[in-house]
Amino acid sequence: MPRITVTVDGITYQEDVEPRLLLVHLLRDRLGKTGTPIGCDTGNCGACTVMLDGMSVKSCSVLAVQADGNDVVTIEGLAHGNEWHPMQKAFHEEHALQCGYCTPGMIMAAIDLLRDDPDPSEETVREGLEGNLCRCTGYCNIVRAVRRGAREMSQRSMPEQAEQTEREVRTP
Amino acid sequence: MSEQLDAGLIAEQIAESDQLSRPSGAHEVGKARRRKEDARLVTGRTTWTDNIQLPGMLYVAFLRSPMAHARITRVDTSAARTRPGVVAVYSGQDFADEQGSLPCAWPVTEDIVIPDHPPMAVEEVRYVGEAVACVVATDRYKAADALEAIEVDYEPLDAVIDMTEALAEGSPKVHETGNKAFTWKFAGGDIDAAFRDAPVVIDRTYVQQRLIPTAMEPRAVVATTDGETFTLYSSTQIPHVLRVMLALTTGIPEHKLRVIAPDVGGGFGSKLQVTAEEVLGLLITRRLGKPVKWTESRTEGNLTVHHGRDQLQRISIAAGRDGLIRGVRVDLLADMGAYLMLVTPGIPILGAFMYNGIYKMDAYDFTCTGVFTTKMPTDAYRGAGRPEATFAIERAMDELAHELGLDPIELRRRNWITHEEFPYTTICGLTYDSGNYEAATDRALALLGYDKLRAEQADRRDRRDPVQLGIGVSTFTEMCGLAPSRVLGSLSYGAGGWEHSSVRMLPTGKVEVVTGTSPHGQGHETAWSQIVADALGVPFDDVSVLHGDTSISHKGMDTYGSRSLVVGGIAVLQACEKVKDKARELAAHMLEASADDIEFAAGTFKVRGTDSGKTIQELALATFAAHDLPDRFEPGLDADATFDPDNFSFPHGTHLCAIEVDTETGATKIRSYVAVDDVGSVVNPLIVEGQVHGGIAQGIAQALFEEAVYDSEGNMLTTTMADYLIPSASDLPDFTTDRTETPATSNPLGVKGVGEAGTIASTPAIVNAIVDALRPYGVHDVRMPCTPERVWRTVIAAGETAWVGPGLAGNTGGTAEGNTAWVGPGLAGDTTDRGEPGTAGDRTDWVGPTAAEGTEAEGGDR
Amino acid sequence: MIPAPFDYVRPASLDEACQVLGEAASSGDDVKVLAGGQSLLPLLRLRLAYPSALVDLGRLPELRGVEDRGDHVFIGALTTHDEVLRSGVVRERIPLVALATATVADPAVRHRGTFGGSMAHADPAGDLPAVALALDCVFVVRSGEGEREIPAAEFFVDYLESALEPGEVLIGVKVPALGPGWGFHYEKFHRTAQAWAIVGVAAAVRRSNGTIEEARIGLTNMGSTPVRARAVEAAIRGVSIAAAGSNGAHDPVRDACAGADEGTSPPSDLHAQPDYRRHLARVLTHRAIGVAGR
Repeated sequence: MPRITVTVDGITYQEDVEPRLLLVHLLRDRLGKTGTPIGCDTGNCGACTVMLDGMSVKSCSVLAVQADGNDVVTIEGLAHGNEWHPMQKAFHEEHALQCGYCTPGMIMAAIDLLRDDPDPSEETVREGLEGNLCRCTGYCNIVRAVRRGAREMSQRSMPEQAEQTEREVRTP
Repeated sequence: MSEQLDAGLIAEQIAESDQLSRPSGAHEVGKARRRKEDARLVTGRTTWTDNIQLPGMLYVAFLRSPMAHARITRVDTSAARTRPGVVAVYSGQDFADEQGSLPCAWPVTEDIVIPDHPPMAVEEVRYVGEAVACVVATDRYKAADALEAIEVDYEPLDAVIDMTEALAEGSPKVHETGNKAFTWKFAGGDIDAAFRDAPVVIDRTYVQQRLIPTAMEPRAVVATTDGETFTLYSSTQIPHVLRVMLALTTGIPEHKLRVIAPDVGGGFGSKLQVTAEEVLGLLITRRLGKPVKWTESRTEGNLTVHHGRDQLQRISIAAGRDGLIRGVRVDLLADMGAYLMLVTPGIPILGAFMYNGIYKMDAYDFTCTGVFTTKMPTDAYRGAGRPEATFAIERAMDELAHELGLDPIELRRRNWITHEEFPYTTICGLTYDSGNYEAATDRALALLGYDKLRAEQADRRDRRDPVQLGIGVSTFTEMCGLAPSRVLGSLSYGAGGWEHSSVRMLPTGKVEVVTGTSPHGQGHETAWSQIVADALGVPFDDVSVLHGDTSISHKGMDTYGSRSLVVGGIAVLQACEKVKDKARELAAHMLEASADDIEFAAGTFKVRGTDSGKTIQELALATFAAHDLPDRFEPGLDADATFDPDNFSFPHGTHLCAIEVDTETGATKIRSYVAVDDVGSVVNPLIVEGQVHGGIAQGIAQALFEEAVYDSEGNMLTTTMADYLIPSASDLPDFTTDRTETPATSNPLGVKGVGEAGTIASTPAIVNAIVDALRPYGVHDVRMPCTPERVWRTVIAAGETAWVGPGLAGNTGGTAEGNTAWVGPGLAGDTTDRGEPGTAGDRTDWVGPTAAEGTEAEGGDR
Repeated sequence: MIPAPFDYVRPASLDEACQVLGEAASSGDDVKVLAGGQSLLPLLRLRLAYPSALVDLGRLPELRGVEDRGDHVFIGALTTHDEVLRSGVVRERIPLVALATATVADPAVRHRGTFGGSMAHADPAGDLPAVALALDCVFVVRSGEGEREIPAAEFFVDYLESALEPGEVLIGVKVPALGPGWGFHYEKFHRTAQAWAIVGVAAAVRRSNGTIEEARIGLTNMGSTPVRARAVEAAIRGVSIAAAGSNGAHDPVRDACAGADEGTSPPSDLHAQPDYRRHLARVLTHRAIGVAGR
């Protein structure tokens, strides 16, 4: 059984894993990172989206062994203590969630799309979220939240808040 | 403060510790409060059922039938038992004596056939996905592996797929009793008179395709026992109903069974069920004495979560030349699937009262036949019978408008109940308490820019633009707030429609609200807090809402049918009133005044005309100490209330949309969507808007994207999300939403419910728009989902005799700008064979722009 | 759902990978190469495939990257779609690849899924094989025996079947950089953003003085392999581009596209029957040429 080393939300784990173990099952069943849920079998729904070395991936479509030596950030690793990530706040403020099952993946995908466009248009947001399905919200408020989160993140990126910015750039 | 309270030491400490809350005069109801639920959901601190881990937990995996219909001749579990990590393997035979039959609580007629429905098939399977065996293993991977070692032999039987064929003489039978479950009839007025000599009769047949509800959280069950009592965690909308039904099914005494709905990731009706997996989970934990967990895969879910819709609707309208409706006749075939589940037969019946929509008429006649097929059973899906009804009447109204050359809005105006006429008792015998269809429609027309779009449409028609524009109209109402128990009784439903709440005043002045509703995304924790904050004059943040655990909330009817606020919210309010009554008595005692002289405002009970008063928190604390209470006053202010409504509520609204149809490819694009809903008074506008958004998206998805498809052998072809298409953000537009507010008169909050409105309204709006775009081609219908291929085929089938572009007519049509299609005769011939019923047959000729002109003329007097 | 068990090998070098795959080939083991895994893992989860082992090439940096080699651009097989999209070389020298790649799946899948993996998977509904065919890409493969090159026209053999022999690894693709005067477009027609193309058209068009000198058209999902629309390519030579999509009664570009479905055998599935796909191929080819030739 391969032994892997993986950092999840800042904590480094060494685990012996079956080659077929899915990253999402490693997170949920072995490491207790149940904040990341599973919604499908085919990589369509995006509920299980996490950051792998800073880029969004669907953790149901990655083997745990493929994450060997990598850094994973889940929804549980976004907040700084009790201070939520601006995107978490924006989802709350804009009522961008109802049942909340898609929310962890949606937030990770939202943060990811801002890497390329810190001030995305509605269309850019909709395209950037095409791999994440929500059944409750009709997406209107999610789109609003992502744009709000984007604005708040760029305001925070002001030089005088360099320290916080550093954290945001690194973790999400 | 403490000396006044004359309380004990603890009470004094509480009072001095600054923990005692202060009253609040803030008005919470109507405020766009951000949700309390969000904190755990946006940070991942959730308790989905699959997150639950218990010591020694075992994992269950089900082997499911690959056959739509077959006799099970052999199940050999011996090899699977030897696989690593396998604790037990069971077939249906192993449970035959104890598993009972999954319940159907809605026998709609006396002669209804309710077949035995074993949770695990024993002798025969009747749909693909039916459980035939299961493995219990030490982890989910090992359980999945061992499934492959179970051998099952089947003797194939004929699949029964099509409802019409199922009812034909000589059809193979799903059950020995035949394929008809029931025929249910309902009528009002003299329908024959209405149709006799009617100048206009519209007769249409619509297909309500089968849908898969697809809540984002797949179902999951955790069952555990200490040997005597049982606890079942389930991703369910109905912990209370489930507990009763599971007790009846499994024989576990109700008081030894606790059901918990932890965080539940959406339902839309699909989790309003008593499932095989819940029953079997309990039976397995009873046998093994260990906690067990089963988590559904999406593929399993597409096969075995109950489906929605699947009806064949024939609707006829008899009308005068003036467009006034004389009568509506509906003949429905409803696909039950292989068995009758919890409320399967009742779903089309819920629609029976809605085919008249918002319109006045003299007569109504409704017949529904429930048909068995070898498919997954159908049951409640967002709207449950009412979207189907609204679709049929709103589609048929557009057909009538077209037939008469009237603007569809104008036709509706002529027929709808005007705001002065409320309360209005409809032909179906329902009394619509309040509404203002004119106001909602006028607002929607203004927001859409209706007249301008009609002008653009006429222009595109004139230019014969290959991209045509259609405007869809849907004016709807729905019966919500399920439901008055007496009415349910008259419809043979097995339970009541009341709801329960308790309000507990804690010593520090904080409030716990127990509700029998079971939210799974609707935001009850927030909305109920707002109601309580206003009723008791306590701060919003001082209220906690408890739900979803039968040990905490012992009594309830749960969440479905847009009932939670309209019934459950009122129960909360009534419990608060009882708390205040008690508090008033105590205040009078403590203030040495008569209870009649005590007035309550902003959380404080005061002696009228004085400054002397007690806050509700002080009173709560006083009952904790209980040192100085009136005689025979029970310590505590807590109160229970159970509310049973007298009437349904009737939210309504007008949804309009503009859709571009690319006639060359059949692609459709929603250009704008406007929804003006009237859900009565609003507790939280943010939540209301969210519900409308989500509802619209689901209704659009039915119109454009979704269909559960079975082949002729009963195999499902849409088992994954790659095949069953759920729209993403990039497949939907932004929605423009607004509200009018006509308070319900049937409850003290004036609320009507909002959970289903968007879904009910949007589906016909979309299809009406697509048909409207294609009117110039003589098109009268496009079957749902309106896929590009279907739209294209409809255009092509019509195109043979209607608009002919150069490509079709050998480049002779020199005036036409757009060439609609590239079809040679061979292709068109091909097409006719596959043409949708009802569309290819009765087309005549290019019928625009006459209709459009008529439209403008009629629409002009708004 | 959960994959069946398999062994896992992560070679440290390309040579080792070739050796492992060579040994598996000679022993007849059903070994699958794991690149990004975005197609393979869903298949494994649904238990539609039961390989005895996966050979993970994901840690071989030599298979990753985009290199401008003058007349062509070499894309390493393990270059992710995301890296392809971020490559200035791709955007400037082989823009058709960028246009098609942008339509592949969604951002998260593009972070993992690879250019070579999409090709080797040989799904005719995939967007990139049609591009490779249209551009006459050359596939560079290696085994223990050495390297060989396979032209795109021979690479896609059948549904999910490429010309890769057991023991061979796709190490990269040479994408010809067409010179100035060429325009490009990928027209994808699908029901939802996530859905596979019902039909896709990859078009490269060379114009000169308002006339189409040359066109290369690859079709997605019009057969068991991607298909080249040769009839259109022949018929469109010398046609005036000004007429494309024009409003006149006669559109010679449209006429030329009438043969877009020639030689195809489009599949029948939930989303489309063959005759509709044929029709779409004609309409979309016309549209693609209209945009590419602009």
